[in-house]
Amino acid sequence: MAQKFEEQAQVRKQMQIADNIFDLTLQTQEIAKHAKAGQFVSLYCKDGARLLPRPISLCGIDQKEGTIRLVYRVAGKGTKEFSGLKEGDTVSVLGPLGNGFSLRNGRAFLIGGGIGIPPMLQLAKECSEKQIILGYRSEPFLLEEFQEQGEVFVATEDGSAGTKGTVLDAIRENGLTADVIYACGPTPMLRALKAFAAERGMECYLSLEERMACGIGACLACVCQTKEKDAHTNVNNRRICKEGPVFDAREVEL
Amino acid sequence: MNTSVNLCGVTLKNPVMTASGTFGSGEEYSEFVDLNRLGAVVTKGVANVPWQGNPTPRVAEVYGGMLNAVGLQNPGIERFCQRDIPFLRQFDTRIIVNVCGKSESDYCEVVQRLAEEPVDMLEINISCPNVKEGGIAFGQDPKAAERITKAVKRVARQPVIMKLSPNVTDITEIAKAAEAGGADALSLINTLTGMKIDIERRSFVLANKTGGMSGPAIHPIAVRMVYQTAKAVSVPIIGMGGIMTAEDAIEMILAGASAVSVGTANFTDPRATEKIIAGIEAYMQTHQVEDIRELVGAVNG
Ligand SMILES: Cc1cc2nc3c(=O)[nH]c(=O)nc-3n(C[C@H](O)[C@H](O)[C@H](O)COP(=O)(O)OP(=O)(O)OC[C@H]3O[C@@H](n4cnc5c(N)ncnc54)[C@H](O)[C@@H]3O)c2cc1C
Ligand SMILES: Cc1cc2nc3c(=O)[nH]c(=O)nc-3n(C[C@H](O)[C@H](O)[C@H](O)COP(=O)(O)O)c2cc1C
Ligand code: FES
Repeated sequence: MAQKFEEQAQVRKQMQIADNIFDLTLQTQEIAKHAKAGQFVSLYCKDGARLLPRPISLCGIDQKEGTIRLVYRVAGKGTKEFSGLKEGDTVSVLGPLGNGFSLRNGRAFLIGGGIGIPPMLQLAKECSEKQIILGYRSEPFLLEEFQEQGEVFVATEDGSAGTKGTVLDAIRENGLTADVIYACGPTPMLRALKAFAAERGMECYLSLEERMACGIGACLACVCQTKEKDAHTNVNNRRICKEGPVFDAREVEL
Repeated sequence: MNTSVNLCGVTLKNPVMTASGTFGSGEEYSEFVDLNRLGAVVTKGVANVPWQGNPTPRVAEVYGGMLNAVGLQNPGIERFCQRDIPFLRQFDTRIIVNVCGKSESDYCEVVQRLAEEPVDMLEINISCPNVKEGGIAFGQDPKAAERITKAVKRVARQPVIMKLSPNVTDITEIAKAAEAGGADALSLINTLTGMKIDIERRSFVLANKTGGMSGPAIHPIAVRMVYQTAKAVSVPIIGMGGIMTAEDAIEMILAGASAVSVGTANFTDPRATEKIIAGIEAYMQTHQVEDIRELVGAVNG
């Protein structure tokens, strides 16, 4: 069993990298050492009225430095609180959580949509034969860093950069092909990718999102529906925080 | 200094247990908490057959609390007996199995199946607001509460704790009915029915629309209900609802609870239970309390 740690992590640095999007580096004791791409951490708020941890994916892992990097969008009160963290501040973190991506053989599409883009960066560093497809609403972020990792195709909803439309539009427009898909992003995008992969007979691994309470598999808040009966729950539900967040697209109903 | 308590013949090393549904069967939290430290582990509700639970989103945060509508997803009693009980048996703690059902016979089937199992007590959930049939229906009418308590008691081999709903006008009526039905102890409170609306989307945050509210915001309600119930019945009470700290737990004990359950606090801090136990010990030391039982119902006036 992969080990999890609850730590008071220290903020190494934080900056705003786009409208409402923040880039936070945390010094950890153990979390970074044990983490892999596609896993996430739970961040706890200091305000006692906000009880539930906020799940945030690992955008970067530096095992040598012992740091983790989180890139997140301010979506509400908790992420607003985190955006005020300054160098030297501490924040309570639990992790690493979930299964993460497991790399398969073959040429890969690394696909990120919106705030699902950050976790693909760590994977891009670990995956050799790949094409990266990123879908933004409008203003791109983290783009240069992805370009350092390989060939990047961009889609924007408003057409301000790259292909106008979705990541699938970018794949089609550029005539891209691969054997495996790894993706994180909004559910409609994941649903479309699942159908696309099935049509083309590709392997496909999707990182899912759901509201969480415990973050470690105890409360059954965060389930997704599965095709087969799950070994743990004994029903057609699987825990995203524990068996996920990454699932074989064929196993889950979206 | 004595922290142990006796609940209808079962001795707990301290009065702190986990609240059903927030701690699974302990396995996940055992990475953070030494289960041997706990007075008891109360497991997630289990039914006669597996339940799929409600659609997601199942949880929402509200100010000082949370709503849940998990809908009692559970693997069914058979799987539970094969996997969860043997897991918990490895630890020096009491095992309390929380039971849910849609009908009297569902409850009795589970209770009968547990008769020969090495569990210490049963907690019968007649107060879940998140399922359409059964559950809370038994907990909102004194006659139904008495009837289900009697039916369960007839087949139970272990002491029976009836878990009561706060979603009633007068909780003492239900408490008295459960006592009349033969309940060995009472647990209160389960969650209060609530609702949250996303004003941007103009939609309900929970797929189930309503959910059970828990967490520190409900603590004063729980303390009041424990106090009233302790005055109305003579069976021991397990108090719960928004216990986040040792201070909250002691408040509940002073109101009349012989033991306490910690629920939502586990989500905010996975080590909450152990910290609360340590805090109670520290309180006893500073206030020169020799025996925790001196505190039960010891509020003045
Ligand atoms: C596995 C996983 C990985 C994630 N990774 C990232 C990431 O790398 N970057 C990023 O910006 N966001 C990520 N999210 C989404 C992020 O968790 C939410 O945006 C965040 O919790 C919002 O908190 P808040 O207090 O600002 O918003 P509020 O709306 O005030 O939050 C209220 C409650 O709802 C929960 N919540 C709200 N939105 C979401 C959501 N989309 N998913 C899950 N819970 C939610 C919060 O955790 C909190 O409990 C991830 C979600 C999951 C499940
Ligand atoms: C996610 C969640 C799941 C729950 N599941 C159950 C359950 O299966 N059976 C039950 O009797 N109570 C269940 N409860 C109620 C708790 O056991 C407890 O009575 C309530 O949450 C109040 O305590 P708290 O404020 O400390 O959480 C659940 C509560 C939560 C938050
Ligand atoms: S959040 Fe509790 S099981 Fe996943």
